[in-house]
Formats: sequence, C-alpha cells, structure tokens
Amino acid sequence: MDLVSLSGNLLFIAFLLYLVGTVFFAGSIKDKRAKEREKGTGPNKWAKTGIAITIAGFISQLGYFILRWIAAGHAPVSNLFEFTTFFGMSLVGAFIVIYFIYKTAVLGLFTLPIAMLLIGYAAMFPRDIAPLVPSLQSHWLHIHVTTAAMGQAILAISFAAGLLYLVKVIDHTKKSKESFWLEAVMFGLVCTLGFIFISTGFSASGYKADFSWVDKNNVESIAEYQLPPLVGPNQGESLTEGAMEPLVEMPGIINAKKLNTVIWSIMAGIVLYLLLRLILRKRISAALQPLTTKVNADLVDEIGYRSVLIGFPVFTLGALVFAMIWAQIAWTRFWGWDPKEVWALITFLFYAAYLHLRLSKGWHGKKSAWLGVIGFIIIMFNLIVVNLVIAGLHSYAGS
Amino acid sequence: MKEVICECGHHNPHGTVLCESCGKVLIEKDKDKKLLDMRYEGSARRSQTYNKTIIDKIWNFFSSVKVGVWLIVITLIASALGTIFPQEMYIPPVMPASEYYEDQYGWLGQLYYTLGFHNLYSSWWYLLLIASIGISIIIASLDRGIPLYRSLKTQRVTRHEGFLKRQRLFSVSEAGSEDQTFESVKEKLKAKRYRIREEDGNILAEKGRFSRWGPYVNHVGLIIFLIGGMLRFVPGMYVDEILWVREGETKVIPETDGQYYLENHEFILETYDKENSKEEFAAAIDDKGMVAKNFQSDVTLYKTKGETVHGETPQLEKVRDDSIRVNHPLKFEDLALYQVDYKLDELNQMTFALSNKETNEEYGDLTIDLYDPKDTYDLGNGYQVEIVSYFPDFEFDENSEPITKSRIPNNPAFVFKMFTPDKPEGEVSFVAIQQTIEPFTDNEYKMSFKAVETKDVTALTVRKDLTLWVLALGGFIFMIGVAQGSYWNHRRIWLRKVDGEVWMAGHTNKNWHGLKRDIASVIDGTDLNEPADQLDKKE
Ligand code: HEM
Repeated sequence: MDLVSLSGNLLFIAFLLYLVGTVFFAGSIKDKRAKEREKGTGPNKWAKTGIAITIAGFISQLGYFILRWIAAGHAPVSNLFEFTTFFGMSLVGAFIVIYFIYKTAVLGLFTLPIAMLLIGYAAMFPRDIAPLVPSLQSHWLHIHVTTAAMGQAILAISFAAGLLYLVKVIDHTKKSKESFWLEAVMFGLVCTLGFIFISTGFSASGYKADFSWVDKNNVESIAEYQLPPLVGPNQGESLTEGAMEPLVEMPGIINAKKLNTVIWSIMAGIVLYLLLRLILRKRISAALQPLTTKVNADLVDEIGYRSVLIGFPVFTLGALVFAMIWAQIAWTRFWGWDPKEVWALITFLFYAAYLHLRLSKGWHGKKSAWLGVIGFIIIMFNLIVVNLVIAGLHSYAGS
Repeated sequence: MKEVICECGHHNPHGTVLCESCGKVLIEKDKDKKLLDMRYEGSARRSQTYNKTIIDKIWNFFSSVKVGVWLIVITLIASALGTIFPQEMYIPPVMPASEYYEDQYGWLGQLYYTLGFHNLYSSWWYLLLIASIGISIIIASLDRGIPLYRSLKTQRVTRHEGFLKRQRLFSVSEAGSEDQTFESVKEKLKAKRYRIREEDGNILAEKGRFSRWGPYVNHVGLIIFLIGGMLRFVPGMYVDEILWVREGETKVIPETDGQYYLENHEFILETYDKENSKEEFAAAIDDKGMVAKNFQSDVTLYKTKGETVHGETPQLEKVRDDSIRVNHPLKFEDLALYQVDYKLDELNQMTFALSNKETNEEYGDLTIDLYDPKDTYDLGNGYQVEIVSYFPDFEFDENSEPITKSRIPNNPAFVFKMFTPDKPEGEVSFVAIQQTIEPFTDNEYKMSFKAVETKDVTALTVRKDLTLWVLALGGFIFMIGVAQGSYWNHRRIWLRKVDGEVWMAGHTNKNWHGLKRDIASVIDGTDLNEPADQLDKKE
C-alpha cells in the first residue's frame, strides 16, 4: 500500500476510534456502580477505556498526519481538507490534556463528536495532495498554521464545555430564548451531519451534473454539481444527459453551486433532526440533559474559562504573531486587511472581550458559556464562510 | 487627601477598601458582606475615589472595563463590516471604485461605497476607535496597576479575622498539635514552591505573584505595538515602491538616493507539471491545470562608487548576486526587495529589412531597440532609414491621429523615412504591427518585418519599514504578558492562630480548582479541616 492510502486509512481508523470513544464516555455516565460510588473517586472503568481509545485514535490520526507529510514533502495543512482535519486532531489533543487535568468524562461526550464532525466535514473537500504555490513555500506556513489551529482547538474546548454547561443548567421544560438558541446550535451541528451524509451519499452514487453558466462579469464557465441542482446557476445550460432541471435559476452574483449545497445540507439537517426528535421524543438538548446531571457545573464553567485562558495566547501567537512574520516575508507587509486576517483579528478581539468580561462580576456560568459558543461560531465562520465565500489571499478555494 | 489609618497602625491612601497591610475592611458599607471583593486587593483606585472634575470623569470613563469591552466589541463589529465586500485596495483596477461597487454589488455596494466602508480600516472613525482602546488600556492599567502593586507589597502575614473569614476558601480547625501541623504544612508548601513568610507564628504562603503583572505587561506590549503602528506615518520610516526591471536592464533602486542599482539578468517562472514533480501531485495537477512553482529574478546589486556627477553614468561596484524569490527577499541596509509581479515576453527589439516591394530584394536589416530607438540607421551603399516618429503604445485618437498610450512598447508603430540611391528625398511609410500605411505616394520600397525579441520583466516591491522593530518588541512584550498572566496564577494561603483555633484561608486570582488541590494535598495527614468553598454554600 502506498503512503497516501495508508495515511488515509489511518485517518479513517482514527475517526472510528473517536466514535467508539464517544460511546464509552457515554457509558461512563450510565455506569451503575459509578453512580453508587461517591463523586470524587475518579473516573470509572468506562471512562478509562474511553480515554484510552481516544488516545489510540489520536495516535492513529498522528500517523495519518506524519505519513501524509512524508508523502507530500510538506506539512499537510495547506488546503481546507488538511487544515480542518488538523483542527479536529488538535481538538482531540486538547481534550486529552484537559481530561488529565480535570478528569471529566462527559466533556469527551461533547468534544469527540465535534471533532468527528470537523473531520467528516473536512473529508467532503478535495483530498488530493497538492504542490505548494510559491507564497506557501515557507516554514512559516507550518509554524503559523499549526499554531493557529492548536489555538483554535483549545479555544473550541470552551465551546464543548459551554454546550455541556448550558445543556445541564438550562431548564428545557420551559420555552425560553436560551433553550431555543441552544437547540438552534444543536440543529446547526445536525445540519453539518446532514451535509456529510448527503455529500457522501451522492458521491458514492457517482452523481455529477455539469452546467455551463455566465457569471456576473459575463464570463462563461462550467459549474460541476455533485448534488442534484435545486438551484441552478445564472443562464445555466445542462451539459449532463438526464440531469434534473434546476427548480430555480440564480442571478449571476450568487454562487448557485454553493447555495445549492447549503440548501441540501439544511434539508438533510431538517430530516435528520425530525428523525431524532421522533426517536428521542424531546429536544436534543433536553435528551442530553440526563447525561449531565452528575457533572459539577462550576467545574465545567472553570474548564471553559481555562481553555480560553490557555488557548488565547496560543491563538495570538499562531494566528497573529506568526502570521504577521510570514506575511512580512511573503507579501512584503505584515498586515494587509485581507478578510482572513481581519477575521483572525476579530477572533482575537472577541476572546479579549471574553477575558475582560470574565473579570467583571456576573459574567460567569451561563453568560460565559454562551460566549464560548459564540467564539466557536466566529472561528467556524472564519474557517468556512471566509474561505469559501469571502475569498481573499488565503482562500484555500475549496469547491 | 486624608489618609485612612487602620487599627493595625497602617496608613492607607484615601479610598482604600481593605487595609493594605492587614486586610481589615475599612469601608462601612462593605462590612457586612459575606465575601470580600478581592479584585485589586481592595486598594484605593483613583476611579473609585474621585468623581468631581472633568478630568476625573474622563479618567473614570476610560478606566472602566465595561467601556473597554464596549470599545473592543464595537471595533470587532466594525472590522467585520469591512469584510462584506472587498476593500478598495483589493478591487481590480477595471473601473473607479465609485462605479465598481454599484456595478458588482448593486445598491448594497453603492451604500457600502457611500458610507466609506470601502476604505474602512483607514477611516477616521476606525482609527479613533483604536486610539480610544489605546487610551483606555493606559488609563485602566494605571488606575489598577499602581494601587495593586502597593497593596501586594505592603501586605503582612497576620491578616485581620474579618479578612480571613470573608475569603472564598476558609476553614476553622481545632488544632491539637499546632506546631507540628504547621511544620508539616510548611514543608509541603515549600515543596510546592510557595514562598513562606511567618509572623507571630502565623503563615502566609504565596506563589506566582508575578503573574498578577501579566495583564499590565501585555497592555504595555499593546501600547508599544500601537505606537509602532503610528510611526508608519512618520516620514522616512516607511517605503513602499514598485520597481519594474527588464531582463538585461540595470536600474537605479528608488529611495536609495541613487546609491544602489539593480541589474536583472533573468526572470524565471516555473510551474509544476506531471513530469517534474512528485507522483503524489499528479491528481492535483490534473485537477487544477498549471500550478506555479517558482517566481524568481536573478539579479545583481550594485553600489555607486565615488561621487556621481549629475547626468553622468555612475561607476558601479558589485555588491552581490542574488536570486529574489517569493518568500526570499533581497535585503540590504534597511531595504528589502520582494518578488511581487512579472510580465512575460514584453517586446524589446524589432528587426526590419529595407526591401523592394516588387522584387523583394533586401538592402540590409535594422534592429530597433524599442526603449531607445536611434534616429537613423545607415545600411550602407546609400541606403538609410530614418525614424520620423515612434509610438511605443500606439492607437488612433478621436481625430484618427496616431498617439501613444504609454511608454511601454505594447503596440509599437513607426513612421519611417527610407532613403535609397534612386529616391534620395526619401519615401515615408507608417508601419505598425500587421499594418502599413503609405500616406503620400505609392512607395517603391518597404520595411519588411523580420523578427522581434521579447524580454521578461520582473516587478519588485522596494520596502523599508523601520517600524518593524517597535512592532516586534510590542508583540514580544505582549506575548510575555499574556503567558505570564495566563499560565501562572497568584495563589495565597493564610494560616492564623486565633484563640487556640487555626484559621485557614486561600485566595487565587484564577484557577480555584488548582488552589483547592494544593490545599487538599498540603493539609493531607494533618488535623486541619479542608477549607470550604464559600461560593458553593451560597447556592
Ligand atoms: C485588544 C485589546 C486588549 C487586549 C488584547 C487585552 C488583553 C488583556 C488580557 C489578556 C488580560 C488578562 C485577562 C485575564 O488574565 O483573565 C487583560 C486584563 C485586563 N485588561 Fe485588557 N486587553 C485589551 C484592552 C483593554 C482595555 C481597552 C481595557 C480598558 C478598560 C483593559 C483593561 C484590563 C483590565 C482592567 C485587566 C485586568 C487586570 C488585572 O486583573 O489585574 N484591557 N487584558
């Protein structure tokens, strides 16, 4: 087997191990004997197995990373797929460290699925190993991107902790703004899952539909759809025999293909969500709540805060300091107000605000948990929307 | 202002909440609080003490964390607005910005442009926001940092009962064998690298006080960084020029007072193709087509020798050969030259032959340097060609007069006058690419096109940025400060004997979990009670 496919297999194994790990972390909560024992006796067998499997998964993913690095000759952090998988791996790494500090198995139940969603999402993008264009041929690429991703991953722990906290403390029996928004976040996660399912499904069936279309500058080009076209491009002409006709045609200013993917993801998300509701017979967050009864809310709050405190300097170093050094060398100026740079600044400012709010009384608990959630949304915005929609110098130009 | 004298005898500045020395609550209204507000140690902060004059008001405004956070959040939102559509510097130069935004993004784009968001980051209000953050950082830090420093320096070991009782972590133990217990606790604290101070048999164990200065250090770093940013506008600190050099050409480097010259030997553009790259890349290359691999200019840097007389060609002395590539600028003195752009195959020389239209007989070639054409070219034997006019970038204007758009030979055209032995007064011919016009008569001779020579042109950014050092220093100090404040905590543990009991209290500025673990492990095996978290009790 060649290096590239071996590396791909290791990634797949890692993914499966994370899945199994999650199950064990869930089991650790249900463990009867653990319930009988007083809290403070440390993790039970289920949790210990869970963390062991998680570590095995992490090592497997590390193997993917190293082999791919050897195969490509450069650190695999140079396109959206590679970056996002690395982000997922760092998230697992950060969780492992936090686990050994705080011994909270439930956090795994929230972190690992997020990591899996990230990796699954990443896998939907082109996975070819690509050579580096001149501006990327620098050690600073590796240093900047890996540090930034690790910073983001540590910060993302505060998202997992925030979710956990909110699921635990919010009263799900009453209709309230907070329970609505928490469920909205859950729905967002389900949509990501929907995106993964639908993309995998159609690509497994080999679906393809090409259109020639005219963009807003009246330039003609080809759009390759991997999902059936619900919305078609401006003046689109189908080039594929028997492909379905788009229901609506978009104006040239809108990238119909991306919009089409978004619509499909939301539809798949709705279907999945409704299914889950049918099975669970309550909201997702309400269904998760029983799993969180044993956790100490203050401890989770503290984990959220500490992960921001630990992640903020790492993020600043990677996403701003190293980024500026590299930009000075590669683009002649350390800062150019490129959208990606601006969003890194926004992330920085946001977490600075988080830390300052935490200093003043009252911004603990729920409020700070919400901030953790919003922070992650900003990070994801920078990763997804800025890369795919607001294209700038840094655009990984996925499809 | 009058000082506040505590019962322990310490003189505190006006406005002190907790005695700097023993921690006794000095302000009446705080006396029945269950827990003390330990932020800034209850020290006398100017902003909490004075609020009369306009200066007080400004000071209090900027020292408020609430205001600081608002400033940060507003800046954050403003920054985000600037990414909705591209900033002016990133739009293609196809049309003026006033049309571009409307053309591309409709009325929203028009609005964006009208509001000035196309140059948001250099707008006065954005800069004002940044400046306010700067001022706020300075004032907030002074307001807290100095009193905090005083307080922590003055603190004594024996703390007032009221102080200990109102700490978040607090316990009272009946101590049987105090001395033995204290010894054991002290040993363990030392092993955990606490600094121990003793006074009348009471203990203060402290660790990581320097982490309290973290925020102040990082704020200083930020301020230095902002100052660095402002220095950009000081003349002479910053240079941003572009230098186009053709292959074979030697040009003076701007901003060097004519001291340095650069010769471009060759511009190299390499792309990845399947033959020359790793097989792993094959799929990606198939997918994307051409992928650039290298942009490089092979150059020689020269320095002028001796005094240069104006208008004379200077004497050049070679400094060094170098290859400028993306990510590998050429640096000398304070300047750096970066590979930023190129133009391949620009016309450089054109060769014509003077020939007879009928017989096609040729009477000699002439090669015209498109950047420096000669007036006349003597072909010998009485054959001579004169260039009457030259249009490097030719087009016809509204009146159908030939004009040139620029001095770059993108579309050269010539008016030749051909002298031959049988036409001594000469024949005039207008020659452009793909067309020849004979304005006066039917000529007997023509200029027949033979060849062109093209050259690549490289574009280099000439950059000087003397602010980088200040920015780097600021960034460095900032990083030290955040690390200091984030990765270390300031923990204190007090042990005091009160009427045969041992009172124990603990405080940390963050990471209570860690402090609790420390305490649990140091009192392990003694008869001290583990301090309860009084915050838990409240709930
Ligand atoms: C983008 C700008 C800023 C950054 C990156 C920044 C960064 C920080 C950081 C990292 C901390 C430590 C937080 C912690 O340890 O939890 C801190 C503390 C602090 N900051 Fe800022 N800050 C900024 C702006 C401001 C502004 C505008 C104010 C004005 C009110 C301010 C006031 C404070 C105060 C009062 C503290 C607490 C000091 C202490 O606990 O002793 N900061 N800052």
